[in-house]
Amino acid sequence: MAIKKSFGSRLFNMINTIILAVFSYICLAPVLHVIFASFSDPLKLMRSEGILLKPLGFTLKGYELAFRMPGTLKAYGNTIFYVGVGTLINMVMSIISAYVLTFNEWKYVKFLTVMITFTMFFNGGLIPNYLQIKNLGLLDTRWAIVLPGAMSVWNLIVMKTSFKTLPKSLQESARIDGANEWTILFRIVVPLSKAVLAVMLLFYAVGHWNEWFNAMIYLRDRGKFPLQLILRELLVEESQTATVSQYSKVIKVGDLDMYKPLIRYTTIVIATVPVLCFYPFIQKYFVKGVMVGSIKG
Amino acid sequence: MIMIKKKEISPYLHQNNFIKYKDIFIMSIPMVVYFILFHYMPMYGVVISFKDFNPSRGILGSDWAGLKHFEAFFNSHYFGRLIRNTLLLSVYSLLWGFPTPILFALLLNEISNRHYKKAVQSITYMPHFISMVVVCGLIKDFTASEGVINDIIAFFGGARSSLLINKKLFRTIYIASGVWQDLGFNSIIYLAAISGIPQELYEAAIIDGANRWKQTIHVTLPSIAPTIVILFIMQIGGLMNVGFEKVLLLYNNSILQTADVISTFVYRKGLLEFSYSYSAAVGLFNSVINCILLVLANFASRKLTETSLW
Repeated sequence: MAIKKSFGSRLFNMINTIILAVFSYICLAPVLHVIFASFSDPLKLMRSEGILLKPLGFTLKGYELAFRMPGTLKAYGNTIFYVGVGTLINMVMSIISAYVLTFNEWKYVKFLTVMITFTMFFNGGLIPNYLQIKNLGLLDTRWAIVLPGAMSVWNLIVMKTSFKTLPKSLQESARIDGANEWTILFRIVVPLSKAVLAVMLLFYAVGHWNEWFNAMIYLRDRGKFPLQLILRELLVEESQTATVSQYSKVIKVGDLDMYKPLIRYTTIVIATVPVLCFYPFIQKYFVKGVMVGSIKG
Repeated sequence: MIMIKKKEISPYLHQNNFIKYKDIFIMSIPMVVYFILFHYMPMYGVVISFKDFNPSRGILGSDWAGLKHFEAFFNSHYFGRLIRNTLLLSVYSLLWGFPTPILFALLLNEISNRHYKKAVQSITYMPHFISMVVVCGLIKDFTASEGVINDIIAFFGGARSSLLINKKLFRTIYIASGVWQDLGFNSIIYLAAISGIPQELYEAAIIDGANRWKQTIHVTLPSIAPTIVILFIMQIGGLMNVGFEKVLLLYNNSILQTADVISTFVYRKGLLEFSYSYSAAVGLFNSVINCILLVLANFASRKLTETSLW
């Protein structure tokens, strides 16, 4: 169809394209700046002004130092543990619970749904939650990181909604063939819901990867700290004394000012790259997930 | 005859409720235990805000204090400042953070080149996945007196200064970075709603002589209005829950006057100064206000637009 577009329409298209390009650049620029800076020569980096458009020189010194910083590797391992175990718990708990909630005809389901939804709107708050973790003896254990968030109510409802769209007849026929509910859930419902489960997996995993607050209030032992908490010390902590003593283990005090920004940038890259590497591949699932969530349960 | 046969092969119709739902019952146990342990017991724990909680005596053993902690909070000189900071931060966030994704979705919808549209989407969703710690690290780095933003200010002849210790700038920094991080991602839901609008509506509008502007105003916007309303209600419900993690990461002693919000106050009083009961009371006050706001927003929306959460 060759409809001649009016001048105003073409002008709008042009301006619109430019606006979106500018905004995209604003989203991308800080990320690129950090990546370029992490490879840059620290001396040139110190003297540079404005946002970086390319690396200034090339060095992997920052990465070498960042990995030699005490605690970084250990924290990386911890984060992988929290992501792995945490997500596993999340998925098993959510799948089983969502399946229970699809049984509308069971007399307790309505009550359970109300009780669960209520927790979305009201919670005990920081202090009662903290005291509960303390009373359970979970303080300063790895369980304090993975158990309190074992399920997200929102994800649970999304999953339940998706399970409900499966044809009931499949489950009925399996039941007639003598399958119990566990078999039906893991042999029929789960394989048929792979798409939504993938979305949930990603949401949970990214959540664990980026988590720092619970770790900060529940953990004392540095050996259990996740990467984000170490990052917080390097990037945003007010009291610099602890961090200076950490830096001084890998660099001479005289070089501290020069290498500090470099180590900061490289640590950001190290901590963010796993998420951003997978991001292009999983992006469409996230979009799908938001859409699934937008269907009212 | 067929009916009877069906009855015979379906084992469930004969069995009583418990046998029928035995597996389901077992499956529900982890969920029930989880919600009791990590949601309902802490909710019970809220009673410490009416007590003088003493960790060694436990919740039950501590003495009742009535409304003492609430009164102390209402009369403290922090009260006005905290409410004002919390509300201003949320209201400004709402003012900037709520309409921009809608506008962005509308602009994106006008792009006809699919590849360009996809590229813009991929890039603008990305900041959402960067962790809060890293985002705040970036903010600190960029606003430092040797940082990128100051480079730009200096380029135009301004004076360099550390922006994050300027109490007048905290809200701007907080809100601008929030828009940067979430604008793209929050537009997904509107884009989804827009893609669900039947094409016939546009065709009819074109026949009636509507140009693209008119189509947007009279077709697209009314069609996504229910989505907008639902999201708005949810935002109102969370009005007192400002991005607590972000404030906690960004604030410092020189900007407490504008940056300190209720939840950071709760954190400091409770976990750094160990005034458990007092800060639980402040937290409870915050939750109750949130609940009231949510109910009010939902009520108003049901009356005005016939769209509501429940």
